[in-house]
Order: sequence, then C-alpha cells, then structure tokens
Amino acid sequence: MSRLSTLLPAMVSAAIAIFCVTPANAYMAYVTNEKDNSLSVIDTDKMEVVKTVKIGQRPRGIVMSKDGKWLIICTSDDNDVKIYDAKTLEYVKSLPSGPDPELLTLHPDGKRLYIANEDDNLVTVVDIETSKVISEIPVGVEPEGMGMSPDGKVLVNTSETTNMAHFIDTTTHKTFDNVLVDSRPRVAMFNSAQTQLWVSSEVGGTVAVINPADRKIISKINFAIPGVEQESIQPVGIRITKDDKIAFVALGPANRVAVIDTSTFKVLKYILVGQRVWQMYFTPDYKYLLTTNGASNDVSVIDVANQKAIKSIKVGRYPWGVVVSPN
Amino acid sequence: MFSVSTSTIRALAPAWLSPRGAASFLVFFYAAIAASTGYAAAQNAPQPIPIPAQSEQAQQSIQILYVKEDREREEPPLSLLDQPSPDDGIAGAKLGIADNNTTGRFLNQSFKLDVLNGNVDDLIKGAQEKLAAGDAFIIADMAPDSLLKFSDAMAGKPVQIFNVGNPDDRLREEDCRANVMHTAPTRSMLADALAQYLVWKRWPNWLMVVGPSQNDQMLADAYRRAAKKFGAKIVEERQFKVDTGNRRADGGFEQIQQQIPQFMQGAKDHDVVLVVDEDEVFGDYFPYRTWVPRPIVGSTGLIPTSWHASLELWGGTQFQNRFKRLANRPMRAIDYDAWLAVRAVGEAASRTHQVDFKTLRDYMHSPKFEVAGFKGVALSFRGWNGQVREPLIVTNPKMFVSVSPQQGFLHQFSVLDTLGIDKPETKCKAYTQ
Repeated sequence: MSRLSTLLPAMVSAAIAIFCVTPANAYMAYVTNEKDNSLSVIDTDKMEVVKTVKIGQRPRGIVMSKDGKWLIICTSDDNDVKIYDAKTLEYVKSLPSGPDPELLTLHPDGKRLYIANEDDNLVTVVDIETSKVISEIPVGVEPEGMGMSPDGKVLVNTSETTNMAHFIDTTTHKTFDNVLVDSRPRVAMFNSAQTQLWVSSEVGGTVAVINPADRKIISKINFAIPGVEQESIQPVGIRITKDDKIAFVALGPANRVAVIDTSTFKVLKYILVGQRVWQMYFTPDYKYLLTTNGASNDVSVIDVANQKAIKSIKVGRYPWGVVVSPN
Repeated sequence: MFSVSTSTIRALAPAWLSPRGAASFLVFFYAAIAASTGYAAAQNAPQPIPIPAQSEQAQQSIQILYVKEDREREEPPLSLLDQPSPDDGIAGAKLGIADNNTTGRFLNQSFKLDVLNGNVDDLIKGAQEKLAAGDAFIIADMAPDSLLKFSDAMAGKPVQIFNVGNPDDRLREEDCRANVMHTAPTRSMLADALAQYLVWKRWPNWLMVVGPSQNDQMLADAYRRAAKKFGAKIVEERQFKVDTGNRRADGGFEQIQQQIPQFMQGAKDHDVVLVVDEDEVFGDYFPYRTWVPRPIVGSTGLIPTSWHASLELWGGTQFQNRFKRLANRPMRAIDYDAWLAVRAVGEAASRTHQVDFKTLRDYMHSPKFEVAGFKGVALSFRGWNGQVREPLIVTNPKMFVSVSPQQGFLHQFSVLDTLGIDKPETKCKAYTQ
C-alpha cells in the first residue's frame, strides 16, 4: 500500500511527460474565409492559427476526403470545386461543378461528392477520383443544405426559395419525397442513429426535426432570447453530438449557439459567440465545437461538455465554412 | 430504413390526394421533371403534360394577371441609364411565376401569367374577362386614381389586387381599398428608411431641395414627417424651378454647371443636400455641382428603395442572375415588387396546399403569413392596410450602402414597422370593416 502511494505520483508525472511529447488531440481545423479568398489553418491543441494560405475566389463550403488527405472546397466565384492537399495545402486539381457551388457533402463511400448549385436548381454528383460528373438531380429554387444519411442511402437537399427538404435516393439519384419547411432552409443534418433529420430555416427562424422514415415533422423548434429581436434569430449551422443527445444550432446575427435536448426538443441554453455565427464542426473527439463568425472575423471554440465558449480565434475576413481533420 | 419502395414514393403526393390520385400524381411528377428545362419551358408550357382521364386531379393551376396602364411621362429621365423598359415590372412577375413553378412541380401546382396593357377602362374590361377565365390575382401598375377606379370596378368580386406602381400613402390610408394589397413601398417608408440611416450617421441637418411636381410635394411631406419622427432637422427648404431644358440637347452642361452652384449659394449650414425629385427630371444635375461640398441624398446620390441591381446579400446573387437571364437587363425596384406579389401568392399556395381564391386570400391576410424575399428577414403584410412589411435598401447608384431599419430604432411589435405609417396612425378603414 505504502509502496503504491509513493509510486503513484511518479507514474502520474511520467504519464504527463508522455502526454506532453505526443499530444493526443492535435487536430487541424480548416476555415474558409469568404471575403479574403483564403484558408486559415488552426491547430486545435494550441488553439491558434498556424497558417493562412490564399485559395480560389469566394471559398465557402468545405469538406475533407475520407482519408483526410484532401480538402475539397467550393470556390463559388470560380464556379468550381477545388481540391487541396491537406498537409502541404498545395492545389491538387479542380472538379467540375455547376455554377456557383456553395455547399457539398461526401458520400460515405468516399468517392461521390454531392454539390448544391444555387444558380441552376441542381444537385451535381461528381466522382472525386475521376473528376467526372455522374449525375445531375433537379431540385427546388436555390439548392443549399446537403445532409447525407450516415448509411449513405439518402441525401437531403434543402432549397432556399422553394422552402423544401428534398429526399434523394443515392442509388437512383431521384427525389422520392419533399417536405415543406419554414422559409429559407439552409442546413440539413441527420443524427447518427438516423432517427432524426434536423433542418434549419434561416428566415423562418425555426428548426424542423423530421422523422426520416415517414418524412413527418416530429417537432418544430422556436427560439427566444431576451433582449434579442426576433428578426435577428436566423438558424443556420447544425451539429449533433456523437451520442445523439445534444444538438447545437448556430443562430446567425443573434450571435448565439442554441443548445437543444434532442429528446424533448427544449432549448437548454444559448451560448454567446462571435457575430453572425454560421457553420460549425466538432473536433473528432467531440470535446470542442468550432463556429465560424462571419461578421466578427473569428472562430469561437465551445467546450462541448460544459457548453461554454472558451476561446475566440482571429481568422480571415468573413469566415464561412469549417472542417476538422480526422487525425 | 431508407428503402425506396412504391409506398415511400407515394408519400410525394399531398395528403389531400386519394390513393388513386397519388398514382396519377406520380406520373405527372416525373413527366414534369423531364419537361422542366429552364424558363422557356416554365413560361411557354406551364400546363402539365396531359394525363388522359386523370388530369383533373393531377394538376392545380393558378392564373395571375398583370395589368399595366399606358402612362405618358412628360419628360424622359435625365440619364440614358435610367430609360424605362416596356417590360418593367412584368419581367419581375415572370420570374416569380418561374420560381413558383419550380416549387409547384413538387406540389402539383402550376402558375401562369397573363399580361394586359392599355388605358384604365380597357384594363377593367379586360380584367373582367380574364376573371371569368380564372385570373383572380391581379398585379396592377397604374396611376393612383386609375388604381382606385380599377379596384372599385372589381369590388365584390373574388379578386385580390397588388399595387406595384404607386408609393402614394393615401392608397394605404384614407383611400385604402379592401381588395388591394401593396408590394410597392410608400413614400413615408422610403423617407423613413433614408432618415434612419442619416440619423445613425449623425448627419441630422438637411437642406431640402424640392421639385415642382405634385409627387415632389408629397415626397417632401414624407421627409418632413421623417425628420420630425427621428429627430433630424430640415435647416432650409428651396423650391427648384430652374428650367434646365431638354435632356437631349447637344450640350447644355455649360449652363447647368453655372445654374446649380448659383441655386445652392448662401444656404444655411447643412450636412447633406436632400433632393426631392420623384420624376427624375433634375436631381441628377446636383452631385458634384453644389456650392459647398456635401453629399446628395434622396432622389439621387444615396437613395432609399425596395430593391437595387447591385444587391448580393442574403442570397441575392442567384436571384439577380436568374432575373438577368430572363430579362437581359438589371432588376429594378418595380420588378422586385411584382416578383414579391407573385411569390406571395405562390407561398400561400404551397403553405396551404390549396389553389382556391378564398383560402389563398385569407392566408395572405392572416398573421401566419410570411414570405422570404432576399432581405434577410421574413416579409409579411400589415394587417391594418395590406402594405408589405419589409426592410428597405439605402444605396448609391452603383453599390448597396445599408439596409433600414437601422440598429437602435426599436418598435413594440416589429422593427419593420418603424418604417412608414404605423398602426396607431392609420386612416385606413376598409381593412377593419
């Protein structure tokens, strides 16, 4: 017993020493800066920007290839999608997309990329290896949000002026259902159990939770923040914790992220972040949630367990999209 | 869970369709997808692909009529860039129809636009014929008195008129009509939008130059009201009566270069020159020709408007692009106002899953109604006079400057009601009867 108690501190300090040499969570976060035509790289261990590089014009939606090697970015004003090497940040190639690509999502097969083309009411499907267009799917006016079911069978696209969530079968690439939601739907997000699909409506100021099995709306979530005018509550980005228990919803110019219980659909709290908060991304360990704050040019870091904003990291102008490397 | 069986596909059909109807809906749906290839298809072939024996259930259609009064301008606008186009307003309505049809193909609804030009009596006669054929929603671009004559001729009939051609406050106040809604902003809304920006900017001292027309007098009243409402001061008013001559005279600038500074001489200290020239016959002569260097605001320079061709915020880029592809010109405010009227009808149809006149009319008038219009917030209609409730753009000729309501101007119910005549002040009785 006494031998153990003298050994323990030594073991602990040894463990700390090892931990310091090889930090367990040195993920890299990549933030697209819409106004700067640049990409900020954040070391989530140091919580600071370690690199900024110029990329294509008006970068917005960003995803990472399954193996973490490529960054795939919508460069909207170049009317294409560009691939960069995640390590060297060197340009690899461009993918054909329709005009003005905004948001994209990668199929779990790691190959098929689905791109929303706001300008011609289409979702374009591209093979990222061969760079070939596989299919074009007609959807509503101004397609935007792209939510892929975790099993890869269903893609949900939202159209901003049609105000619908379009359910697309990823085998046939045909729409099989359309659910009307509130004005200007922006983001669609499945939970990992595939029992809920969350859709944010920016102008309607609500979030609809849809049952993917029968496409019925289970709940419509409203927001009210004391001292914040109702018009500035504009839900956009959505992220759901790995255990499916908590959803985070970015509320745009309300400068807050709502924390929502996914079983009761009650808002538990509002976390104050930077201005015009839009997109969000978890670190792979789900410890932190990073938010892009367009109007204040920074990224807020939310401590997921404590539901608190713990840091603000200055990035480029009008940060828009964010993704974190899986390793 | 996501297996796509026939039963899941059937979920496409709205709830009001019977199982038999759902099957025919399916056929129509894929036919419509195949047929929809851009605006040409949407405009020229708005009718569904006929499905024998079942077409009755397969399609719901809504017809919208655009009536445009032939109005003679006394003088063309000063700048060649501002010359009107014969399809002003109509092109915006066409875009609204195309947008509604893209949505409609998922809901089994189709929209069609009819257009009539002529004098007010022709338009009344034509609209009555069209009404018999099913055009219950009418977008009207006509002079104030013509609009009153037109709406009174339609009184008692199942008709909803949208005013896109007039900013006159009286049409929403003492002369309001129960069958007219307004997607054009009022003079008082426009004046308030600019006034809020100037007050926010701390430029509260205005030198107001007012033109000779009756419209100018009414707009000047709106600015006097706005100054009082938001704590600005009109330090001096000058009536502009100088005859600047024909716009297209070869030359003339030599004299204008002398006339404007002389006219502006000896004014009291001011922060901005507020030019009130609704008919655009002299205002554009003011920038860079004033006696003391001051910004020009009002009818030229920094102007308030419901829309501007440079606006790209709130997803506006795609909207502008769609319009340019359709009309081969930039979008004007009246195009936006007409688009909004068509979208309001479309929004009511998609929210209610109905096309019958009364359902759509009542829904648009209800507090539940809202529609997105590329302004960042939901737009709706004021319950006391049918005026659209919307943010207004404050812009220079080339570039968006700001949007009003400005930060810090508060309201008990909606900050959008800080623009224009508010409920407690309204003189409209037709809406409460």
